[in-house]
Formats: sequence, structure tokens, C-alpha cells
Amino acid sequence: MMDATNILKEAFDKQNGAGGNLAEYQQENWNMFSGLGLPAIKHEEWKYTRIRNVFTDKLVINNDNNLSKDALEKLILKGTENANRIVFINGRFDATLSNTTDSAEALCIKPLEAAAGDEDANFVNINLGHSQRYHGDGINALNAAFANGGVYIRVNKGVSLDNPIIIYHISDSSQGLRFSQPRILVNIQEAAQVELIETYINLGGGETLTNEVVEISAEKDAVLHYVKLQHEGEKTNYAGTTHIRQTGKCLTHAVTVTLSGAIVRNNLNMVMEAEHGESHMYGLYLLKGNTLADNHTIVDNAMPHCFSNELYKGIMDDASTGVFNGKIFVRKDAQKTNAYQSNKNILVGENASANTKPQLEILADDVKCSHGCTIGKLDEDALFYLRARGISAENARSMLLHAFAIDIIEQIKNEEIKAYAEQLVAERLSFNI
Amino acid sequence: MLKINNLQASIEEKEILKGINLDIKPGEIHAIMGPNGSGKSTLASVLAGRADYEVTGGTVEFMGKDLLELSPEDRAKEGLFLAFQYPVEIPGVSTTNFIKSAVNEKRKYLGLEPLDAAQFLRNMKEKMKLVEIDQSLLSRSLNEGFSGGEKKRNEIFQMAMLEPKLAILDETDSGLDIDALRIVANGVNQLRTKDNAFLVVTHYQRLLDYIVPDFVHVLYKGRIVRSGTKELAKELEVKGYDFIKAEVDQELA
Repeated sequence: MMDATNILKEAFDKQNGAGGNLAEYQQENWNMFSGLGLPAIKHEEWKYTRIRNVFTDKLVINNDNNLSKDALEKLILKGTENANRIVFINGRFDATLSNTTDSAEALCIKPLEAAAGDEDANFVNINLGHSQRYHGDGINALNAAFANGGVYIRVNKGVSLDNPIIIYHISDSSQGLRFSQPRILVNIQEAAQVELIETYINLGGGETLTNEVVEISAEKDAVLHYVKLQHEGEKTNYAGTTHIRQTGKCLTHAVTVTLSGAIVRNNLNMVMEAEHGESHMYGLYLLKGNTLADNHTIVDNAMPHCFSNELYKGIMDDASTGVFNGKIFVRKDAQKTNAYQSNKNILVGENASANTKPQLEILADDVKCSHGCTIGKLDEDALFYLRARGISAENARSMLLHAFAIDIIEQIKNEEIKAYAEQLVAERLSFNI
Repeated sequence: MLKINNLQASIEEKEILKGINLDIKPGEIHAIMGPNGSGKSTLASVLAGRADYEVTGGTVEFMGKDLLELSPEDRAKEGLFLAFQYPVEIPGVSTTNFIKSAVNEKRKYLGLEPLDAAQFLRNMKEKMKLVEIDQSLLSRSLNEGFSGGEKKRNEIFQMAMLEPKLAILDETDSGLDIDALRIVANGVNQLRTKDNAFLVVTHYQRLLDYIVPDFVHVLYKGRIVRSGTKELAKELEVKGYDFIKAEVDQELA
């Protein structure tokens, strides 16, 4: 099978030929991508995740978009009708399908390319591509080469949004292996509060490949609650980075839930650049079939007195694979850092596997860091206890797995999204109490 | 109700039960006593169906059915209850939801409609009084962070909710202070009817001051070596197990 080089080149030339505010940035990144290529499994950061194999000459890249507003309405999550809605179709921001419900004084949502040439240009210059300091690989550069299809979000100073922002990534796979590259840049200004939720929808029942980069900057006293919900089916391939900078003392909170996919790779970074910052990272990967879900997280403590807490849990059924890699950097000046990390895995399937690797690099001498990981089967004693009360083996397993998983879902702040995720998890585990 | 005939069981190839015979009829309370390591808890676990033990011989009939053929959950649904020596802590599973699903799975098995929320609550309130257990405890995760006494009371509470025909109390007295012991025993005595039976496994005679057995059996080296009435327990309390050990070891020699 041919690789995707020609298809990607053709698509790049087509869109970058049009020029625009990001053309130069995109060209630089295209050159970088051409030099680096796609990450292969010999790349330490990608040793379990054969994303490169999905980049074949079968990729479909075009801007065809037949989704009507009515068709979109059917895809909207129940109870979230009032949300600020951002729609990406095949990786391109679609302004006509998107909808802002908070006031224009509170929230600005516009094409990234526009932001690169207006009063937000300075922010874009500083923050666009910031994640490449941590992920200097070809796949990030490839996304950047197509950044003009992205969106820019600004939550203005002092605003606590009335409604969450929900980003719908819709991929149309009816023409074949759909390739989408969404790009999102978020500016959370001083003391602003926002709930940002991303969810993914595969229309057409075919295969998809999504390569996403989200870069968020949160200023002093900002509060961010971020959720990524992945449950679009077994034919979905995904590689994405969510990169969160704390430029002032603030609170950032992320929950990543992966319920399905073929190959799913999530990078999540918390870059703590100000004293007394606080960050939380929660993850649940509930896998079956042949799904591989790979979560790589980074907490970078550059300044003193920061607190971070991280808990990722995985349940692997069938022949699925869970991968967790958690890096914590504590730089020389980051004294009094408190950083906690935990990764817990339950193997249910006969052929399931889990790989977990904490990586701590601590250069300061007065810090509290802890990490721990477990990989095991369901607790036999607990199982027997439930069965000894007349609960069937099947239901006992459901109860225990549900109890294990649900405390991650409970971390989701938005009530509607939490209820939806709870329902998905309960259905998956046949839990019905 | 329960007929154990020449029951033998082992764990990891080590024979623990070497031929147990026991017959329990409705309305009776039997106590199994014995020194540490005699096989008391093994007997309780084997009857409840714990998979760690392999039954290597003998039969057990419960309510006319071959108990050893049944899964642990079906044993429970047929009316067997084991109060655990070490109740398991299960984070994330609420005690109330757990009991509700246990009660309703059993009802379903017996061809009964599930209890609605109001009936269940009424039932629960009534049984909570019996073991002096507090509502706040039941809304917490199952046994998580419970004290020793709270765990044991929770066992008896579950027993009250499930209304078993035969309840096996595996060292329920271990780790209990005298007040908790009295509460637990009081709960058991109130649940006693002419139709149900209890098998009380204990190391000490103390519990039997509160739950008065009809029969006392002494288990030693995997066999019942003495059977008698509550007087036998009294004798053990005074003399300790050594005199029985000596007698039995002599017989075996």
C-alpha cells in the first residue's frame, strides 16, 4: 500500500496556494513535517501506537460538506441546546453551523485565520504552536500546516460563561478513510471561567483519521474545565494534543474519556508557568475489541508552589490495549511543588494488555511528588462477596467495574455531559441499578 | 435442611477438611468450635462456594438440592447466607444499592416481583433497627472505612434483609467489643424462627452466651471430633482445647 505523501502534498498545495494570514506559518510547518515525517514505533514516544500505518493512499481529504442544520440538530447532545456550539466538519471550522449563545461581550469565536490578522494577532503569534515545545514531531507539524481551517476562541476578562462551549468534530467517512485536522486556539483571559467540551462524531460508518491540536492559554485567576469525550466507534483513528498553559495563577481541570476507537492517542499537557497554579487531570479508558488507547500526559512545573493531581483509570476487555505515560517535570526553581499521579488498570479480556510508565524528572530539592500504577484483574474477594449475596457473577463484575470507572466520570463538572457520560459507561458495562 | 456427608476439601493440594458429617434441621442453632487452623473457616467458605477450595469428596445437600453443584449466587438465592469473617471493602458500590440488587435478584430467582422503592425502604428501616445500624452508614460505599463492629453489624443487617434459611456466621465475634457483640447476637436472636437455622463458627465460647446453640461440635484437624450440647462449649471454656487435642491425638496415634 502506498503511503499518504502525495495526497497530503496535493492537499497542502491546494489550500496554501490561496495565501492568507497563516500561509507562512503553514509553509514552515509543512517543511518541518517533510523533514520529520510521521512518528514510527521506533520513536520512543510512539512505541505502542502505530498511527503511521493509518496514513495510506486511501486518505480522503476535501472540504465537501453536505451536513444541513437539521441533520446537525439530531447530533446535538441532549440537554445542551443552550450551549455555545462550535462545529468542525472534516476538520474545518464551520462558522455557519456554529452558534454562540453567550454575549459577544463575553465570548468571541472566529476563524483562526481571521484572528491571526486582527486585534488577536499578538496572542496568536505567541501561542499558536506552543505545544511544539513538547511535541516537536511530524504529526503536530502536519496539523499546523493546515491551521487555517481552525478556530479561535476568546473568553473575555472577568467573564464566567453562562453556557459551556461544546465542540463537535464531525467526520464524514462515507467517501472512505476521512482525514481531518482540527486546530483550536483558546484564549482564557484573566478571571474568566469556562467549560470546554470536545466530542467526536463519525458519520457514514467508514474509517476516520483525525489529527488534532488544541492550544489553550489561561491567565491569572481563570478557571477551565475541559472534557474530551471519545466514543465514535471502532473505525476511528485519532491522534491529538491538548496543550494547556497557565500563564497566571489559575485552575485548570481536564477529564479525558475514551470509550472506543481503533488507535487513539491523546497528549495532554499542563504547563504551569505561574506560582500557586493548580491542575487536575483525570482519564478513563474503557476499551474492548482491538482498540488501542494511548494517553501521554505532561505536567511541567516551572514555578514554585504549584499543585497537580492526576488519576487515569483503564478497563481493557477483549484484545484491547491501554497505554499510559505520565511525565512530571519539576524545574530547578519550582520549589514546594506538589505533584501526584496515579494510573490504575484492570484487565478483563484474555488478550487485553496495559502498559504504564510514570516518568518523573525532578530538579528542585524541596518538592512532594508521588506516583503509582497498578495493573491487575478484578478483585476476586470482592467478586465472591457480591456473589455470596446472590448477585450473579455477571452483575457483580458490572458493579465492580462500574464503581471503578465512575469516579472519573464524576469529575466532569458539566451536569449534562456528566449524565451523558454516565449513561454511556453504564450501557457499556451493562450496569443497571 | 443441610446434610453434610463425609465432606473433604483442600486448598492448593493441602487437605483441610477430612470428612465432615453434619445434619442441621430447621429451627436449630449449631455451633462449630475448634482451635485455630482446624478448618472452621474452610468449612464456612466451602459451603458458600468460594472457588479457592477444591471439594475432593463427600456430598452436601441443602433444601433437597446438591449444594456443591450450585454457583455461589444460586446458593445465596436458595437461602444460604455467609456472614464473612472479614467483610470486603468495596469502594464505589453504595451499600443500599448493593443490598437492593441482592434482594431483587433473589426475588427474581424465586419468581417474585422486585420490591418497589417504598417497600424496600420500609423494609430497610425496620431491619436497621434490629442491628442498630445508622442510615448514614448505608449510604456510604460498601464497608469502606467501616469499623470492625460496623462491618459485622452490616453483615447481620444484610442477613436480615435477605432472610436466609440457613445463616453461617464465620467468627462474627472476632474483633467485637462486648457492646457490639450484644447487638449482633440480639439481631440474630430476633431473626430466629422455627423455619430457619444457624451455623455459628467461633473460636470462643463468649458468643454462645448470647446466641445459645442447640448443638456444639468441635472441629479438629479437619474432622468433627466431639459433639454435644452447650455444656460442651462451657467445658471448653474452662479446660481449653488442649484436653480434646490430647485425647484425639491419642486416638489417632
